[in-house]
Amino acid sequence: MPYNASLDMKTPAKIWEISGRMFLAWGFFVLLSCLACSPPGGGSETPGRPAEAGPPCYGDTLITGSIGEPSNLIPILASDSSSHEVAGLIYNGLVKYDKDLKLVGDLAESFEVSKSGLVITFHLRKGVRWHDGQPFTAADVLFTYKTMVDPHTPTAYAEDFLQVEKAEAADPYTFRVTYKKPFAPALASWGISILPGHLLEGRDIMKSPLARHPVGTGPFIFKEWKTGEKVVLAYNPDYFEGRPYIDRYIYRIIPDSATMFMELKAGGIDNMGLTPLQYARQTEYRKFKENFNKYRYPAFAYTYLGFNLEDEKFRDRRVRQAVSYAIDRGEIIEGVLLGLGQEATGPYKPGTWAYNPNVKRYPYDAVKARELLQEAGWRDTDGDGILDKDGIPFRFTIITNQGNDIRARTAEIIQRRLKEVGIDVKIRIIEWAAFIKEFIEKKTFEATILGWTITQDPDIYDVWHSSKNKPGELNFISYRNTEVDALLERGRRTFDQEERRKIYWRIQEILAEEVPYVFLYVPDALPVVQARFKGIEPAAAGITYNLIKWYVPKAEQRYKMIAHSS
Amino acid sequence: MAAYILKRLFLMIPIFLGITVISFAVLHLASGAPTEMQTMMQPKVSLEARARLNAIYGLDKPLHIQYFDWLKRLVRFDFGRSFSSDNRPVQEKIMERLPITLFINILSLVLILVVAIPIGVLSAVHRYSLFDKATTLFVFVGFATPTFWLALLLMLVFGVYLDWLPISGLKSLNYEYLGLWGKVVDLGRHLILPVLLSAFGGLAGLSRYMRSNMLEVIRQDYIITARAKGLAERVVIYKHALRNALLPVVTVLGLSIPGLIGGSVIFESIFAIPGMGQLFYGAVMARDYPVVMGELVIGAVLTLIGNLIADISYALVDPRIRVR
Repeated sequence: MPYNASLDMKTPAKIWEISGRMFLAWGFFVLLSCLACSPPGGGSETPGRPAEAGPPCYGDTLITGSIGEPSNLIPILASDSSSHEVAGLIYNGLVKYDKDLKLVGDLAESFEVSKSGLVITFHLRKGVRWHDGQPFTAADVLFTYKTMVDPHTPTAYAEDFLQVEKAEAADPYTFRVTYKKPFAPALASWGISILPGHLLEGRDIMKSPLARHPVGTGPFIFKEWKTGEKVVLAYNPDYFEGRPYIDRYIYRIIPDSATMFMELKAGGIDNMGLTPLQYARQTEYRKFKENFNKYRYPAFAYTYLGFNLEDEKFRDRRVRQAVSYAIDRGEIIEGVLLGLGQEATGPYKPGTWAYNPNVKRYPYDAVKARELLQEAGWRDTDGDGILDKDGIPFRFTIITNQGNDIRARTAEIIQRRLKEVGIDVKIRIIEWAAFIKEFIEKKTFEATILGWTITQDPDIYDVWHSSKNKPGELNFISYRNTEVDALLERGRRTFDQEERRKIYWRIQEILAEEVPYVFLYVPDALPVVQARFKGIEPAAAGITYNLIKWYVPKAEQRYKMIAHSS
Repeated sequence: MAAYILKRLFLMIPIFLGITVISFAVLHLASGAPTEMQTMMQPKVSLEARARLNAIYGLDKPLHIQYFDWLKRLVRFDFGRSFSSDNRPVQEKIMERLPITLFINILSLVLILVVAIPIGVLSAVHRYSLFDKATTLFVFVGFATPTFWLALLLMLVFGVYLDWLPISGLKSLNYEYLGLWGKVVDLGRHLILPVLLSAFGGLAGLSRYMRSNMLEVIRQDYIITARAKGLAERVVIYKHALRNALLPVVTVLGLSIPGLIGGSVIFESIFAIPGMGQLFYGAVMARDYPVVMGELVIGAVLTLIGNLIADISYALVDPRIRVR
């Protein structure tokens, strides 16, 4: 064996990275939320720290640590979060989510949706230039659309654009799309990075140099990419929302999270995401608090225990409810997330407009769990401590993917609690590809612990609609409910937010009653930033939405920009 | 001799083909295709989009066709393009990482030789002495210590607490602006921990090997003869014994040639070194067939060449092998 590719230590971080991909909108969200504009916040600070920052000023370098490396900086071709994170600073979409997660114009100055919901008209900003100096026009938008729907483009995100019936550039600053049917997620889909048509038209996008040397319209200009080391961006002096205060943005690739944490403490990087352990136990000393600001807000993700509803044991709703009662979510959040998370009650993030706080809840109640199981016919007839029915003991296996410690430990806690009500649970941890191909897609699992990203648009058709249960589709638990199906169809055809809220609130009520998933928790995102960076204003969208307004007071600047040619 | 070498070279062709067939087959036996690794569990990716990606990468063709397509490109020294979304030529991806890995591995091999051979010789000469016992303990501690743990510990001490050495990576951020000497120093400071650590783990094998060779040689009659002639002990050991004891080590070096291009994943990840180990590991996890095959082919060729060199050098020094 010429390769010392030992699998032990490295596995967690790397697979975590791959399984991170299942969270579709992760990168997309970052990309949409990065660039919102808010008034320059002079001296806003995290609570508890003195706010004496002085006026914003230019200069210095922000170094971000990342476990993964971008694969392709033409974002429509990439499916990993690192690519989208970096590309989000280089490109713009027509629309974006602002700090309060409302859709606002980005490259589009304004937009209108027709009464029927079929036609969207975007009025583009004038005077925007690509980083190479060429003007940005509607032709670029049209080119991006055509590339998305071209069958030769290896993009994973064509689906939303295949709903378009007609797209046209009415004039250089007006872009109009017409849909076959009303499609509520349509507007948000135009948050996709707009590509420079003049550099790509008529060329093979798969072999384009832009993949490693992107040209966009965004606040930062691509400078350099050293494979496995770093991506370097420099400020765009002509950015249409004003130049970023920070001169340089460096995306450093450090594949090991323990190393990254040390780099942070030694000053090698300025910003990273902490693990719950690091946040709660390894950063609570004075020197760290003086040098860094920690932030904490709910992540756009939830973790759940999903039942295979084609499995005889889990057909009975009372059994699923019993399992839900038997699990103590608070204990999982305390034990696994060290308290840095909150209970999930449905597929939305608490506090957002689609989230219904009034659904049926399942506080820990072992007595009730046993009653429900008894009602469903499960009794311990042979006195071995495990319930049985028709001579078959209640045993099942929870599977989850390798490399995600938090899920594995969640499974262990659930195992113990279910044992108390007489259910014998085994845990199996499987490498990601085999996990999906052999168990999830073939539906040979009994129960699984997995997570989803919560997208900005509440459309969850792909995960819950009964038609989406073929191998490789996402309703792998085979959930089927005609009312939910009808609501999901209506939800994605409805534009009015109040109407949609009613629809998705009703769906959450049904899901809470039927328990196809036991919704477990929404973890917290735990970013940390070096304390010299000011102007950070945590909001619903996180902290990076106003990156261009971050600044470092002159006296505290660390890095000088030596040569800048743009 | 020429005929022998020719025959060996000729035999390498079927062996090489066999290796590629088996690697290709095993690789495709593992669950999950590259396109699926990119798209699975993503709500916005429809089944049609997946089929489209499969067709673009030629994954919809039968396996043997895919193999022959790959082989046809290989004979023109074209390893194809990566299936990961960057779609870059495999050669390019390997070539940008190979020098770093080679450099570090050669440095650490040299360090191992420089340290392990004297240790081996001295422990053999002073068998059961305090030095022998101490070095034995030392090299086995090195062998047994989990490198990732030791690496993190040293990074914490020298990087965070003492602030003497950089923690990870190969170059500082201002590397481009340094003078030549500054660059050498910067690179050197970054390399100290990785090279020291990878050598530390490799000391045990070679030093023990050297020790037992030496012990064997010292027992030989010609050493007794040399001593009987009245030669100084220094000459006996370093001229007569050492030379003979080194011969097998040369063979071991021949066999370590393929190892030079392989990087350790753990190591490279911890030190954030963009080497071959990470490329290979990442490619395997993403089922990036062309990259994995590319690395395997290079590894196979180097192994075959290393074997050949080992055999030839053996034949050169030991006439008994040549006699047919």
